[in-house]
Amino acid sequence: MIKKNLLELKNVSVSFEGFLALNKLNISLKKGELRAIIGPNGAGKTTFLDVITGKVKPNFGEVLFNGNSLIGKKEHKIARVGVGRKFQSPRIFENLTVEENLEISVSQSVSILKIITNQATKEKKQEIEKLLNVINLTNSSKTKAGSLSHGQKQWLEIAMLLGQKPSLMLVDEPVAGLTDEETELTADLLKSLAGTNTVVVIDHDMEFIRRLESDVTVLNQGKVLCEGKMEKIQNDPKVIEVYLGKQEDIRK
Amino acid sequence: MNLKNLKAKNYIWAIISFLIIIMPFIVSVSRLKILGKSLALGIVALGVDLSWGYTGLLSLGQGIFFTLGGYAIAMYLQLNSSIGLPNFFSLYDVKSLPFFWEPFRSTYFTFFAIWLIPGLLAFLLGYLVFRNRIKGVYFSILTQAALLVFYNGINSQQKLINGTNGLPTPNTKLFGYLVGDPTTQKFFFYITAILLLLSYLFCKWLVSKRFGRILIAIRDDEARVRFSGYNPVVYKTIIFTVAGILAGISGALFTVQADLISPQYLLPPFSIEMVIWVAVGGRGTLIGAVFGAFFVRLFASLVSSAVPGAWLFIQGGLFILVVTVLPQGIVGWMNENGPKTLLIDISLKLDNFEKNFKLLPLPLKNLIKFLVKKSLTFSKKSITYPKLDHAGKEEVEL
Repeated sequence: MIKKNLLELKNVSVSFEGFLALNKLNISLKKGELRAIIGPNGAGKTTFLDVITGKVKPNFGEVLFNGNSLIGKKEHKIARVGVGRKFQSPRIFENLTVEENLEISVSQSVSILKIITNQATKEKKQEIEKLLNVINLTNSSKTKAGSLSHGQKQWLEIAMLLGQKPSLMLVDEPVAGLTDEETELTADLLKSLAGTNTVVVIDHDMEFIRRLESDVTVLNQGKVLCEGKMEKIQNDPKVIEVYLGKQEDIRK
Repeated sequence: MNLKNLKAKNYIWAIISFLIIIMPFIVSVSRLKILGKSLALGIVALGVDLSWGYTGLLSLGQGIFFTLGGYAIAMYLQLNSSIGLPNFFSLYDVKSLPFFWEPFRSTYFTFFAIWLIPGLLAFLLGYLVFRNRIKGVYFSILTQAALLVFYNGINSQQKLINGTNGLPTPNTKLFGYLVGDPTTQKFFFYITAILLLLSYLFCKWLVSKRFGRILIAIRDDEARVRFSGYNPVVYKTIIFTVAGILAGISGALFTVQADLISPQYLLPPFSIEMVIWVAVGGRGTLIGAVFGAFFVRLFASLVSSAVPGAWLFIQGGLFILVVTVLPQGIVGWMNENGPKTLLIDISLKLDNFEKNFKLLPLPLKNLIKFLVKKSLTFSKKSITYPKLDHAGKEEVEL
């Protein structure tokens, strides 16, 4: 059985004042896939996420999610159809407690009237409990998120992403600033999410990407340079050239 | 500990309620008016706190909604206490009532107009501004500009609304009672106190639900709220509308006790002062907003009657002081164990003070000894200042 594509980018181009951040980018993701995206600085990784989540409008091209176009939709609408995003540096609500941060993420589909008049239901509270367990912050649930350590903030944001129950999770540098042990745990968590969720991970950390055991897409200058398993990528001369400079240069 | 706090809080509330009930019987009407006005301003401060303290929308134009509420009640009173046209129209040779005065003959219409007109205007202004993602300092400047538009609009319209002179209320009648009469003023005082309490409870209820958390989230990181699937425009518009409604109610209650509504309340200093009340009291704490408005305003009245013109300087100084020393405001400072920290700081300072101690006059010595003893009991419970036990003991032995 051929799995349907969950996300498709067709010929997407984005330019910032003459600089082509994305240059006719074509990427498609199958349902349940885990995909790592790597690339040197300025390759367009973050712009790629910005285009999907509605932060940046592409100058040209089409973004299809479940067959529907996402172009021109507002950020919160895109989030509601099931695209969740974790930002590069952890973006959490610092003046709210850990619990309240999660409460916001699990309540996204609740109507505004209920948000004004009701507290979170038991069901939602259980969800929050579960998420707290996943990220090991049950004991600090009443702590202000601003006073968490960097690693805890990263995990809190991942938990907030889980709380949204998105069908597509876009994870930007989830292990930046984490210890080796935390990195391993994060990799395992993301791996366990794939299958039921579709996950896109962007990172620089090669060890971490290798641990994901997923397909890797290499971006360079706003285009896909190559795609495939880690082993194939590592031996691709084009990738080596991009990452290490031209081989001739090395020989000299 | 919690129980103790609760008890202390209950006592404070009981004292405040008692004071409010007996106040009209123990102070003169002119003093009562000052108190009543200060209470009325607590209501507009609640709105400023909701929009600025909680949601981060620094509006410098709340005077618009405040003044609209004031004019609504003043127009009603003027129309219903004179046979034919209100008196001032004859000064400008106006023979027929301007069309927008007409509906204010109705008590029902006025009852709704006081809060609904400011509310609708806040809704429209808020929606357009927030939808276009105007925020931060641009929002503040825009509200300030809107304020000046209204100021110029009303100030220059002698023939329509008595322009710069404003509309006086003391000689008008409300349901047959003279507004300036002491008995009526007592009634206004109680009404103001009750409406302030209701507004406070309403705001408290509003922020206690998930809604309140989302407001704070918008203040912290609006874009993140968007990516979490919420539309901040909806939330910001709602809260700005609520703030507008509260300002309207506040303006109406203020006007009947201030004897006059005039374009002077549309001048920037007044709207900026509202922000100062909240900053002094403690933004993000509703009770801080109410107390800030009440005490700063009361203080302002006292200063203005003693040294006219001095208040603006004090107000500026107060703002600088709060921003630099107490960025959380007084209530925020109390909530974050400020007094305890201060005592500990003092006792640490006293450590260096030891040498000069003997030269001090006796009462000061006793006061310092008392403070040191106090801080010693505090520091025993404190984990963050382990060294203090030692420092404190030495001081006591003096």
